[in-house]
Amino acid sequence: MVSLADLAMLPARDGGTRSLSVAFAMMLAFFAVAPFFLYPVFLMQALCFALFACAFNLLIGYVGLLSFGHALFFGWASYLCAHAAKRWGFPPEAAVLFGTAGGAALGLVAGFLAIRRQGIYFAMITLALAQMMYFVALRAPFTGGEDGIQNVPRGRLFGLFDLSHEMTMYVFVLVTVFAGFLFIYRIINSPFGEVLKAIRENEARAISLGYKTERYKLLAFVLSASLAGLAGALKALVFQLASLTDVYWTMSGEVVLMTLVGGLGTVFGPVVGALLIVAMETYLAQLGQWVLVIQGAIFVVCVLVFRRGIVGEIANALRVKL
Amino acid sequence: MFEIFGIPSQALFGQLLIGLINGSFYALLSLGLAVIFGMLNIINFTHGAQYMMGAFAAYLLLQYLGLNYWVALIVVPILIGATGIVVERLFLQYVRKLDHIYGLILTFGLALIIEGLFRNYFGSAGEPYQVPDLLQGGQNLGFMYLPTYRAWVIVFSVIVCFATWFAIERTRLGSYLRAATENPALVRAFGINVPRMVMLTYGFGVALAALAGVMAAPIYNVSPQMGSDIIIIVFAVVVIGGMGSILGAILTGFALGIIEGLTKVFFPEASSTVIFVIMAIVLLVRPAGLFGRTV
Repeated sequence: MVSLADLAMLPARDGGTRSLSVAFAMMLAFFAVAPFFLYPVFLMQALCFALFACAFNLLIGYVGLLSFGHALFFGWASYLCAHAAKRWGFPPEAAVLFGTAGGAALGLVAGFLAIRRQGIYFAMITLALAQMMYFVALRAPFTGGEDGIQNVPRGRLFGLFDLSHEMTMYVFVLVTVFAGFLFIYRIINSPFGEVLKAIRENEARAISLGYKTERYKLLAFVLSASLAGLAGALKALVFQLASLTDVYWTMSGEVVLMTLVGGLGTVFGPVVGALLIVAMETYLAQLGQWVLVIQGAIFVVCVLVFRRGIVGEIANALRVKL
Repeated sequence: MFEIFGIPSQALFGQLLIGLINGSFYALLSLGLAVIFGMLNIINFTHGAQYMMGAFAAYLLLQYLGLNYWVALIVVPILIGATGIVVERLFLQYVRKLDHIYGLILTFGLALIIEGLFRNYFGSAGEPYQVPDLLQGGQNLGFMYLPTYRAWVIVFSVIVCFATWFAIERTRLGSYLRAATENPALVRAFGINVPRMVMLTYGFGVALAALAGVMAAPIYNVSPQMGSDIIIIVFAVVVIGGMGSILGAILTGFALGIIEGLTKVFFPEASSTVIFVIMAIVLLVRPAGLFGRTV
């Protein structure tokens, strides 16, 4: 059985810090300049999905756990944030935090159940739990059923910055997403992150070395769910809408697609993947159901011939870490 | 007419019947998933789409070629099973030796392609399919009304499930299959063509899904999303039962269908989530699943 470790690349020439810094500077430069050329709402959507995909990648890329139900945390955090901002009048920072905390709490419950089984069962359990919470969202009175929660007020950040102004909102999203991105980078390069990688490579061995792998996996799951929640909460403010689309299984599939296209287990892959997929869906929206076919085809091609993803292939060709 | 726990018997048994019908499909589909997983080490996410293709194939045969239900019952599994064999040759044989998740992601992609294509050509509204003349009408059993077609679905799926179990657990071919699941290299050394067996097993699993689709066509609307609706529930069924046992998959399927039906009577708000709740409880008390041997 060839595991995820077959993605392991040729060793990077230096420690990898230089290539990572350069790539990070490029990413920052892109998102700093882009709103002057591209539609800010599109960029904010891409940023939210980039954070969502990075959170998902924390599990699949560094712990080797495929969650097929990440829409659960993304979508429910988006509902909670929208509800807090609209009906309770929370300021935006509190609403986003509330959504994130909701994602964390759901992650704790779902993670506790899902890590009881391994491999393929893990994926099926997360998918099933997410579907259950989709039905709950469909029925629960506060979610607004098919209509969702509309006209969510963006409010004033810390009482100072009016987020209804598009560029102010953009800066808020940009800063939050980059903070989330750096937080994930910190996690995967901490001693905790090293243990996660050890579990990915050989769980039995990690156990025999005395690590309580269940706890590590659960904590990684909760972190991933919280960050997915943060992304979902931001998205609710950006679009001023929380809807069923964000908790449905297609959303769980989309985040898998973004991460796979960009490169599983790479630092920047999920960001590149999210940008590409969001761009594709925006520009091909008039094709209707064909988008589903195209997404499916990308999945098939990626799995058969392109398992490293875009960033993974670049990193491998240049023999650098990205 | 009489009442049980304050519920009219008609309603109670009516829902129980619907539960048994749903259970038949859960059983047939989880059986196919288990057979495929045993041989190919792949969770076939396309299973739902192949079930949907079965229903559409029956609908198209009737609509354009005038071939009735009974012909469809035989032709459709062969036809869709053959497409399964093509899928195995074109795609799946290359991912069998990779991590399980690639098989799942690949078959998920295929399911999206199929569902997208069918939505393009047929829209998402769904098409009705007539119950065959022979199975029209029904019996009044006193405590409930039993439509003939529904009785037929239950009886026929029990027969198909049992036949599959018998073929795998009690025949010579089945013993090759089980041996190849345990140790393909050794079975190959005995001169048995394992790759061909893998290919045919996948074709057979897909044929089972298509057969379920034909049977489902007169009951549910034939629509492109009927597959994705059911496959996630079937995954939960598989998690509950564990994929180690054929009989386990069948029993779990029927049992969960019945529980779902009963929930509709006593606590309708929870009917769409009850199977997932049961899955969560099973994970808490018996993480390996009811019939599972490994975690």
